[in-house]
This record gives sequence, C-alpha cells and structure tokens, in this order.
Amino acid sequence: MIDLSLLPDGGVRWLDASGPNADIVLSTRVRLARNIEGFAFTGRARDGERLRVLAQVREALPGIEGMTDNVLFRVDDLSPVDRALLHERHLVSKELAGLDAQHPLRTGAAVFLAERLGVMVNEEDHLRLQALQSGFALQQAYAALEQLETALGKRVPYSFHPEFGYLTACPTNVGTGLRASVLIHLPGLVLTKEIGKVLAGLQQMGLTYRGLYGEGSEVVGNFFQISNQTTLGSAEDELLDKLLRVVAHVIEREEEARKVLLRDAGYIIEDKLWRAYGTLRYARSLTFDEAMNYLSGVRLAVGLKLIDGLSVYTLNKLLIFSQAAHLAYAEGRTLSESDTNLARARYVRTTLEKESGSVG
Amino acid sequence: MLCDNCGERDAAVHLTTIVNNEVRQQHLCEKCAAERGVETSVAKDATKHPLGDFLHAVQQQLTVPLADGGRCTFCGCTMNDFRATGRWGCARCYTTFEPSMRELLRRVHGNSRHQGETYQAPQPALDEKATILGELKERLRRAIESEQFELAADLRDRIRVME
Repeated sequence: MIDLSLLPDGGVRWLDASGPNADIVLSTRVRLARNIEGFAFTGRARDGERLRVLAQVREALPGIEGMTDNVLFRVDDLSPVDRALLHERHLVSKELAGLDAQHPLRTGAAVFLAERLGVMVNEEDHLRLQALQSGFALQQAYAALEQLETALGKRVPYSFHPEFGYLTACPTNVGTGLRASVLIHLPGLVLTKEIGKVLAGLQQMGLTYRGLYGEGSEVVGNFFQISNQTTLGSAEDELLDKLLRVVAHVIEREEEARKVLLRDAGYIIEDKLWRAYGTLRYARSLTFDEAMNYLSGVRLAVGLKLIDGLSVYTLNKLLIFSQAAHLAYAEGRTLSESDTNLARARYVRTTLEKESGSVG
Repeated sequence: MLCDNCGERDAAVHLTTIVNNEVRQQHLCEKCAAERGVETSVAKDATKHPLGDFLHAVQQQLTVPLADGGRCTFCGCTMNDFRATGRWGCARCYTTFEPSMRELLRRVHGNSRHQGETYQAPQPALDEKATILGELKERLRRAIESEQFELAADLRDRIRVME
C-alpha cells in the first residue's frame, strides 16, 4: 500500500481548522490549468508524450521554492484503493485517479505533493497546479500558487495565446485557467430553506456550486463547493475578489440563519443535533451519507455552542477518515459495503469516545 | 413512488450518482431535491450549462462549412472530435479553429479576450535551438529506419513546434 507518511503532513494539513472561519469554511482551494507547448493535450497525447511531460516537470520542480521537498506519486502505478485514498483526501481529481468511468487511468498520471501545494500531471490538462488551505483563505492560497506557477513557467514553456490566454483542453478553463473554490458548510441555510435563493444568487453572479468532490458530485451533509464559473475575460484578482465578496456574504447569511434557528426553534434544533451526536456515538453501522448528515448536525451543534468539548479538527478528520478507501487502508484489507459501514461506525464511535469526557 | 428523503411527497427527481465507484439511485421530491441543492430547473435546461451552451453553439456553427478545412495540422483534431468529447486536442487547435473559437468562447465566458496575466515562454538560445533541431532530425531519421513509428511521430511533432 501507498506510504502516506512520506508526505510532510499526510496531505491533510488543511484539516487542522486553523484558517479563518474554519467552523463554516472547511477549506479553500485554488487551481491553475496549464499545458506544455509541443505536446498534444493529455486526452489526445500518446503514452510517450505524456511520459515526456512528466519527465520535464519532474526535472523542473525540485528547484522551485515550496516544491523542494515534494513527493511524487505515480498514480498510474498505484492500486485502486490507493488511488481512491488520494482522491478522498482531495489530493487528486477523480479523473486523474482513473476512478471516473469515462476516463480510464492514463499512463503518466502522477501527482507531486508538497506541504500546501500540489501539481497533478496528465490530468485533462498537462498541469493542474493547486494550493489548498484551511478555512476561508483565498488570497493566501493564490499567493502561494502564483509563485509556483511563475517559477515553473520559467522552466517549462506553457501554451499561451495572446488573445485567448492560457490554452486548455476544455474551453471552460481557457484564459486564466483559474478555478478557486471554497468548501463551505451551510446547514443553517438548508434548514431555514433559504439555500435555494442563495444558490440562485450565486449563478447570477457568475459563480457555481458543486458537491463535496467537485464536478459532478452530489451535495451531501450540506457541504457545498462554491467556485467561479468563467475563467476568461476577467483578470485573476477580479475573479478572486468576486468569489471573496460573495462567499463573505454567504457566510453572513449562514450566521444569520443559525441565529434564526436558535431563536425560533431552539429546543427542536437542540434535540435534533444531540440525536445526531447520539447516533454517531453509538451506532454500529453507518452508511457514508448517514455519517455525513449526522456529522453535519454535530458540526452545526458545535458552531452554535450547543455541544462543547469537540474540536472542529476532530470533525474534519471524521469527514475524511470515515470514507471507504480510508477505512480499507486503516483495516489493511478491502472491505465489502456492509463491512465498510461497520468499520465506519466503529471508527466514528471510537474517535468520539476519546473526546467524550469533555463533551457536554 | 415516494421521495426517499421525506417519504411524504411523490418523487419527481431521479438522481443517479457514483460514489466510490458505486452507482446509486435516489428518488427525491422537488422540495427535498432543492434542499439538497439539486437544481432541477437548471439541470433540465441544457442551454444554461456552460458547456451545453457551448456545444449547442458548435452545432449551429457546423451548419456553416468551416473555411479552415476543419482539421488541426498538429494533432489531427476535427470539429467532430471536439463535439464528441468537448475537449480540444492541442494548443494549435485554438489557432486552427480561431474564427469559430472567438464566438464560441464568447458564448461560454461572455468574453473572448484574456484579461489576466500575460506570459512569455522561455526561449532556448538560437544556437542551442539549432543544435537541438539537428539532433531531433537525426533521431527522427534513425527512428524511421528502425521502424519505431510511435517515437518518430513524437519527434516529428517536436520538430514542427521548434520550426
């Protein structure tokens, strides 16, 4: 199995809840799509071309600040569980991990990981540079990423067109190649049924939303990824600024909704959330969706200070480590669906048990 | 059929999702679907999806024959390939299909002109470039002689870019 201890922080530093608004915003991710001149885009490239792309990047990265101690995972050499594990940690996309039925695993698929930065190679574009931060930290994430992008662009030639900007396989990414997204927990807006309006408003602002795993994924546990829709026609800082302003507004709306819930339905909400905690604390079998929904409840309870003594960090860890591939990894074997549900309940139970002394 | 979530209203949205390689079907009423953030009205209206809009535009464009012959000289991608995958084959496609591209990008992004950071690719020094070219041509000759066609095609692409 894959040795994740190779990563300086296990690739999960962003879970530590140290960032701004970390109780509502789990993480901020910014990525830049780039292609290297002289090769067909990944989907049309031959194996030899993709391997040369990888070789060029491998040679260029170690000299770059922030990537000096990078770890390379050849995704194309990994077992399905290991690839799913990287995907569950949000370190590689579903497409790169070869878990997407439409895109089988490609020769040359790889990811370079450093503390807060990552470079996916041979995803839909040759390069997907990304930065991941705890909480709501768009500017910090972009600053680190921009530095990497500039330094790498001096060593490998990016495909750039004076009129269209950075060229990408999919026309929806062309121009800046920038997609910034904020993973946000909005149970208050869902419970007060305000969410529909908020989401419609996002679309009017040229923003979009997705589920926990990005494109094509379903919204579970009231987690939404809000990101910019267009990449061409606005400068990078304009795109970031718009997302920043809108997300700040959504956070305010969420906080207001939580106040309304407490004021108008205090005991009902309190009862509902403690029941969610009770289920997680004692259930013997949990499906992924169940776990996500109850964790959403407990997270809300912690945010409302109805439950004390449970850290946001623990809740974040529970989200990631209760996923199927993580459970299989911890148990050291592949698990059937029912075994996964048993293992999930056991993991959640023991984790909460450790902190139960202080919960009240 | 009743909604899987509330069990009260009739299911109107049938959602198929793939999580961890498992296909799941959920049947939700419109209300529960909306609460979960599934935008039924938007999903039905393909023209509101950026790529849906884009592909629709490509379809319309195709009724007018393309002046540029419609095949990229670098990767061989055609408009039909693009229609099938929604992806271009290489950077040169953007030049090959430039006349259509401008209008299509306008439909996707509301704008076709890049406003962000500009970029100058690192240029190998002239004599260095000549040396590399000479070497690549020699390797191409040898690759063809030894019938290594995949390698030869790769080398030919690299030579084209440098020239």
